[in-house]
Order: sequence, then C-alpha cells, then structure tokens
Amino acid sequence: MSHHTIDLTNVLYTYPDGTTALRNLSLHIGHGEAIAIVGSNGSGKTTLLSHLNGVLFPTAGEVNIGGYPVVKETLPHIRRTVGMVFQNPDDQLFMPTVYDDVAFGPLNLGYPPLEVEKRVTSALKTVGAYALKDRPPYRLSGGQKRAVAIATVLAMDPAILVMDEPTAALDPLARRQLITLLHTFSHTKIIATHDLDMVLDLCKRTIVLHNGTILADGPTLEIFRDRCILEQAGLEQPFSMQSCPICSKI
Amino acid sequence: MIKLESTWLDLRNIDDLATQKTFIHSLNSCTKLITTLVFVVLVTSFSKYEVTSVLPLLFYPVTLMALGNLPYKPIVKRLILIAPFIVFIGLFNPVFDQTPIAKLGPFLITGGWLSFLSITIKLLLTVTSALILVATTGMNSICTALSQIGVPKPIVIQILFMYRYLHVLLEEFLKTNQAYTLRSFKANGIHYKAWGSLLGQLLLRTMDRAHRIYQAMLCRGFDGKVPLRSAASWTKKDHLYLLFCLSFFLLCRFINIPQTLGTLLTGGFQ
Ligand SMILES: Nc1ncnc2c1ncn2[C@@H]1O[C@H](COP(=O)(O)OP(=O)(O)O)[C@@H](O)[C@H]1O
Ligand SMILES: [Mg+2]
Repeated sequence: MSHHTIDLTNVLYTYPDGTTALRNLSLHIGHGEAIAIVGSNGSGKTTLLSHLNGVLFPTAGEVNIGGYPVVKETLPHIRRTVGMVFQNPDDQLFMPTVYDDVAFGPLNLGYPPLEVEKRVTSALKTVGAYALKDRPPYRLSGGQKRAVAIATVLAMDPAILVMDEPTAALDPLARRQLITLLHTFSHTKIIATHDLDMVLDLCKRTIVLHNGTILADGPTLEIFRDRCILEQAGLEQPFSMQSCPICSKI
Repeated sequence: MIKLESTWLDLRNIDDLATQKTFIHSLNSCTKLITTLVFVVLVTSFSKYEVTSVLPLLFYPVTLMALGNLPYKPIVKRLILIAPFIVFIGLFNPVFDQTPIAKLGPFLITGGWLSFLSITIKLLLTVTSALILVATTGMNSICTALSQIGVPKPIVIQILFMYRYLHVLLEEFLKTNQAYTLRSFKANGIHYKAWGSLLGQLLLRTMDRAHRIYQAMLCRGFDGKVPLRSAASWTKKDHLYLLFCLSFFLLCRFINIPQTLGTLLTGGFQ
C-alpha cells in the first residue's frame, strides 16, 4: 500500500454566509499516525475534517492526500482512501437494516456479492455489532449506532480513518469500548474531539485549533502540560493530568 | 407529550410486529402486497350505496389478524385516530343526498345515510388491510416487493427514506415546539405570529440534515443507485394463498353473499 500522507497548504475556507472557518492552515500528517484535533466549539474541527475527503473544498490553498490533490476528478479515489465517521450517526445510517447500511459502500464500489458479504461480516465483527445485523439502525442505542457507523466505513477498507467527535453523547462504558476498539486499528487516525482523556489514551500527536488557525501542534503530553495553550484554546487539562482535589497528588 | 405525538404518525410499533413467525409472516412479500392491492381496488369498486355485500369482506382482515397473531389494540388505535377524517369525508352525504331508499319502522333511510355507512366501512377495510400489510410484512420488505412488481426504483427509495427519516423529522419538530413552549409561558399552543419563524427553522434544519445525509452517502460512493436486497422466491404456499384470497374477493364482489344466504334460507323454509 502506498504511503497515505495528508498535506494541507495554506488552506482558507469561508462559508457561503461569510464566516471564515479556516485561516491559512498548513499541516502534514504522516502514514500510520494517530492524531487528535482538539479545540473548543466552533474552532473549525468539523470544517477541517470536511476538507479531508472533499465534502468541502478550500476557498484558497490546497489539500493533498497520498500525493493526489483533493479535487472533483480525484474524489472517487480520495473517498476510497479516507473513511469519514460523521459526528451524528443518524446522518450516516440511512438504510433499512444494519446489514444493508454496511453493505452500501462496498456495493457502490462495485464488489461482487460474495466479497461484499465478507466485508460486511468482518466489519461488523470488528466493531462487535454482528448480532445487530438485521436490526434497523434507528432502533440502536447511541453506542451501537456509533459502532455501526464505524463499521460502514471499515467495510470500505480505507487507509485513513477520520472521526468527528466519536465519544460525544456516549455513556462511560460505550466510550471505553470505543477507545479499546480504536486502539486495535492500525489505520492513520484523525480524531476531532474535546475528550482530552481519550486523546491522551489514543493519540501521540495533538493539533490544537483555535478560531480556524493552528495554535499548537506537537506531542500530546507536551501540549497538555502547557496550561497556557489549553486555556487560550478554551480547553481544560484532562482529568487524569489534573492533581487530585482531595489528596492533591497527581 | 413527545411520546403521544410521536407514536401515531409513526408506523414503527406496527412495523415491529412484522418480525413474528406465523404462516402469514412467512408468505412472500409480493404475495401479500398484491393481495392487499387487489383488496383495496375491489373494496373501492363497490357502488356507493352498497353496504351488505361489502360486509363479508370483513372476514379478510379479521382472519389475517388471527392467523398473523396481530394484537387488536395498535390497529384499532390507529383506526380511531383516522376516524375524524372518515367522518369528515362522508359527513355531508346525509345532508345532500335525501333519496329515500327504505323504511325501517318510523325511520326513513335515505341514500345519504347509506352512502355514509358504505364509505365508512370501505375506508375502515382499506386502512385496516394496509396496516395489516405493514404488520405482517414490514416496511422494508414492502418496498422490495414494490420494486419487484415494477414500481420505479426512485419512488421506492423515496418511500424508504421518507419512512426512515419521518421519525427524525418529527422529533426535530417536537424539539422545536418544546423549546418554544418552555419559553413562551403560555400553555395554549403556538402563537400565530411565531408559526412562521418556527416553520422556517424546521425547514432550515431539515435541509441541513438532508445535506449532511447526502454528503455521508457521497462519502460511501453513492452514484444515484441505492442497492436493495432482493426478496425470497415464490413457493407453493404463495400460489395457494393468492388463489384462495382472489377467489374469495371475486366471490364477494359479484355475489351478494348475505342476500343470497338470506334467500336460500327463507326459500328453504317455504
Ligand atoms: N454551514 C455553515 N455555514 C456557516 N458557518 C458555519 C457552518 N458550519 C460551521 N460554521 C461556522 O464555522 C466555524 C467552525 O465551525 P465547525 O468547524 O463546525 O467547528 P467545530 O466542529 O470545531 O465545533 C464556526 O464559527 C461556525 O459557526
Ligand atoms: Mg464539530
């Protein structure tokens, strides 16, 4: 498999209503990295992720995935490479049953029926949702929906996995299960989140967004130790790094 | 509050009944769809004063509900909910149509009352049979069957998606409504001046959501075709069921069974 790097050069994005959500953003992500994109609400995380598989195109600047620029002509290839798990699973699960939903992508990619079945089964088993295969997606719990949404993407076998706030609206157990699951993936992972404890657990590198610009970019631990940066970005140190309020030990 | 309002438009708890395993549930979905369609066409084809000859058709939904192990409550509940519409449709018949038809003691039965009764029975029959179809087949299989009997795929997909997102939209509406009520301090509904902006909100939210779903579909290689699973094949059971139902329907349509029975009986005693 070729090396799936991601390069953004001077990306600027302005929404049709005039809101500038990304301002001259540049970054490079290497093959196999696990990266967190953190920032307060409205800092531009979703907008940034949307550029990675051509849901949005930059107003100015350039996005490159594995050496291909993200433009209309390369979209089929880009979307096969970059799997996107949306923030709201209800937006992503639209077919009548879980099975049909997971099969949607592989069928569109034109795989023969047997291969589709193999992929669906394996994707559902990976996320531990195989038993749900005949259920309608809208009947699932939040955690189950999230797992199936991830399976729909895994079934297309992307090299890069992009997730928008995957732990939002999950209860602690479902969140823990998701983190364990994500640990098992060897994909290049890009996770937008406010869940800094998860970041600490999963991602070596963190990019802090603020107002559409990169405030900091570096090893997760270093960034999380720097309260000044976190404060500026409207974030708080993860609980596991704060000293205990009762015994005041870390 | 949310509960009540979100259940009646929602076919979901009826759809849930479709996971049972009875004889009726095991039939091919096309078989059931065709039978239901024929039934509906047939019922509506009776003339407007027909009452007695329609009655034997009641046998069909009642039998299906028994064979399909369907509870009466959810179906009756929906019938009650549509009752006002039925009454409204037939409401003016007795007023406008004063043709005398028969005399029952001191009461004169006019054509208007007869047609009102006829419409009510017909609507009840058709709606019940449609609900039974959903409860024994399930929306998804119905849609597969629709595309198999030749309904264009785009229309089928529309129905599937509408069914999928009806609930989500309803929820969105209820949320908007609740947010309004919680801050309006008046219990009596939405002020007419606020309707415009609330509906506008709802429209924008709906469009936003539709856009996001479309994007999610594109991300998974959507190119205008939605793959549907093909339904199971026909078996002997299906042929027999179809044959039996259709002959019963035709019998009811062309022979007034209660009347014939009556003549036979009274004739027999003479
Ligand atoms: N569809 C849109 N139209 C106009 N402005 C938008 C739209 N979506 C987001 N924005 C604006 O862009 C900025 C970044 O938003 P977003 O990327 O969604 O942030 P995040 O995901 O970090 O919460 C915000 O100021 C937001 O108000
Ligand atoms: Mg966001």
